[in-house]
Amino acid sequence: MTRAEILSKVNDIFHDVFDDDTIEVFETTTSDDVEDWDSLMHITLISEVEAEFNFKFQMKDVVGMKNVGEMLDIIEKSMK
Amino acid sequence: MFPSLIELKKYSKKDMSNLQEYRMVLLGDCATQHLAQAIRGYGYVNKLKISLLDTDYDQIIAQVMDLTSELYQYHADATILCMCVEKLYERYCKTAVELRNQFGKTEYEKIARIWETLRRNQSGKILQFNFPEADDRCFGNFGNKMNISFIRQLRELNLLLMDGAAQHKDTYIIDISFLQNLYGRKTLHDEKLYYVAKMPFSMEVLPAIAHEIVTVASVFRSRFAKCIVLDLDNTLWGGVIGDDGLEGIQIGELGLGHAFYSFQLWLKELSRRGIVLAVCSKNDEEKAKEPFLKHPEMVLRLDDIAMFVANWEDKASNIRKIQKTLNLGMDSFVFLDDNPFERNLVKSMIPEITVPELPEDPAEYVTFLQEQNLFETINFSEADAERTRQYREEAQRISMQENYLSYEEYLNNLKMEGMAKAFDKFHIPRIAQLTQRSNQFNLRTIRYSEEQIAEIASNSDYLTLYFTLRDQFGDHGLVSVVIMKREENNYFVDTWLMSCRVLKRGMEEFVMNCMVLEAGKQGAECLIGEYKKTSKNAMVEHLYEEMGFETMPDERFRLRLKDYVPKQVSILRVES
Repeated sequence: MTRAEILSKVNDIFHDVFDDDTIEVFETTTSDDVEDWDSLMHITLISEVEAEFNFKFQMKDVVGMKNVGEMLDIIEKSMK
Repeated sequence: MFPSLIELKKYSKKDMSNLQEYRMVLLGDCATQHLAQAIRGYGYVNKLKISLLDTDYDQIIAQVMDLTSELYQYHADATILCMCVEKLYERYCKTAVELRNQFGKTEYEKIARIWETLRRNQSGKILQFNFPEADDRCFGNFGNKMNISFIRQLRELNLLLMDGAAQHKDTYIIDISFLQNLYGRKTLHDEKLYYVAKMPFSMEVLPAIAHEIVTVASVFRSRFAKCIVLDLDNTLWGGVIGDDGLEGIQIGELGLGHAFYSFQLWLKELSRRGIVLAVCSKNDEEKAKEPFLKHPEMVLRLDDIAMFVANWEDKASNIRKIQKTLNLGMDSFVFLDDNPFERNLVKSMIPEITVPELPEDPAEYVTFLQEQNLFETINFSEADAERTRQYREEAQRISMQENYLSYEEYLNNLKMEGMAKAFDKFHIPRIAQLTQRSNQFNLRTIRYSEEQIAEIASNSDYLTLYFTLRDQFGDHGLVSVVIMKREENNYFVDTWLMSCRVLKRGMEEFVMNCMVLEAGKQGAECLIGEYKKTSKNAMVEHLYEEMGFETMPDERFRLRLKDYVPKQVSILRVES
C-alpha cells in the first residue's frame, strides 16, 4: 500500500469517527485542526486505525504522536 | 455480532423522546466515558432511552457517601458499580502478606457496605460488575494451592459477590468474568489503554458489556423472552425426518448428532427455567412427532412441548396461531430455524418477534445463542418450572372446547374450583412476579418487589387477595392478584391483574364476587376502581363498566356494595 492510499484510508476513518464527511486530513494535521479531537476521541481514533490496518499501537505512540504524518509512519512501519 | 462502538456512539445521539426511559448512574474506579456512550447507544438498539449519568473518575466512595451528591439527585432506576481488577490487584499488593488470606473477604465487605449505603438512601437497583480473572502468576499453577494467592482471593471475592447478591434483593451481578471467558483476556483488556487512559476494557469489548447492561435494564422494563418456537429438521436434529426417517436423522451422542443432542439438553434446561417451548415445522404431524415418541436418544419429548404445530402452511400464520393460543405477547417470542429463507419470511411478516440468525454450523448453535443472552431474568420462582406443563394443559382445554356445542356446557364440564385467600408468606414471590410480568389484564400496571408485597400483606390498611384456579385438566396455580386500599368507608382497587390464560371462563366475575364479599366483611360501602391506560391493557378498558360500576366525574369507577348482585359463575369457591 502506498503512503497516499494509507492517508486516504485514515481520512475515511476520520469521517467515520467524527461523523463528518467534510473532514480532510493531511500529513501535518494535528488535533488542534479538527474540532472535537480531544483525548476521548483520540482513543476511538486509535482503535479504529488498529482495526483497519490490523496492528497495535504502542503505549508511547498513543500519547506521543504529534500529527497525522507520524501516525502514517507508524502504520507503514507495521506493514513491513 | 453487536453493533460497533462507532455505531453505538451515533445511536446515542438519536432522538429517543418516544422511547421508554431507564435512568442509570455509572460509578467507576476507572475511566468510564466510552462505556457510558456505548450503553446509551445500546439503549437505542433495544428501544430504551437510557438516561445515564456518567460520574467523574474514581468517585465511587465520594458519590455514595455524600447524600447530596449527583448520584442521589439523579433518582436513578439503577446504579452501575464498575470496579476494575487492575486496581484490585494494586490493593492486594499493598496488603500485608499475613492479611492476604482475608483479602477477598475484606474487599467484599467494603463492597457490601457500599450496597447497604445505597439501599438505605435510595430505592434503585444496583448492578455490580464482578471481576474478570487476572492471575499475577507469581506462583504459576501452584497459586491454585495457596490460599494467599491473588487468583484464590479473587475467585473467593467473586463467589462472595454471588452469595451477597442472593441476599441483597436489589443487587444484581453483571458477569464480566463470563464475558472474559467468552472473549479471552487479550480481547477484553488492552494494556496500553489502561496505562494511558485508565480504561480497564478494550474498545472492542465495550458493545458486549453495554449489551449485557441494557439487556438487564430491558428485563426491569418487563421485556423478556417467554416462549421459543422451534423448527425441527436440521434445527432439533440433523437431517429431514420426512426423507431420512427415524433411523436416518442425527440425534444422540454419536457423531454429528451430538451437536443437536447438546442443543436439546440446553432447550430442556430453558424449559425448566420457565421458558415455554413450541414447535412449528413444515411436516406431516405424525412424521414430525415420531422422534419425540420413539427415538431413544431425543432429549425433548412431547411433554416438553406446550404446542406442537406441524403442517404445510406458512410459518408466519402458524406462529400467529401459536401466539394466539398461548396468549403471550409476540415480542416475548424467539423463533429458531436453521433456514434463512424461513427466518427472513417470519421476521418480515412479524417484526416484533426475535429471530436470531443461527450460524450455519449446528455445532455453534448453543454458544451463539448463549452469547446473545436472550433469557436474562430478574427473578425465578417455582411457578416458572411448571409453565410448559400449564400451557400444554391449556392447549388440551382448547381442543376439548372444539367438541362442545355450547360454551356454557363446556365451562360447566371443566369442573372449575377457585380459591381466594389473603396474601401469605409462601405466595409472596409469585405475587410480586405477577405484578412485574402482567401487561394485558392489568388495570393499573403497578410493579411491586417482593419486599413491597410483604409490606402490603402485613399492613392492615390493605385488603389483599390472591386467586388460584384448577379444573379437571390440571391446576393453573396462582392466576389473579387483587390489592385494595382502605380509604375511609371505601376500598380503592390499587391492583387487579389476571393471567390471560384463564380469561373468558368466569374468573373475572368470580374475582369480583369475592372482592365484594371480602370488602363487605370489613364494613366498606363502596369499591372504587381506576383504569390506567397502557399500550398493552386495552382489554380491560371497560371492565369496571361491564361489572356494573358507575363512571364518576373524575373518570374513576364506583360500585356500591349493597347494590351488587353476585354474578353466576361455573367456578366453585373452595378453601383448599
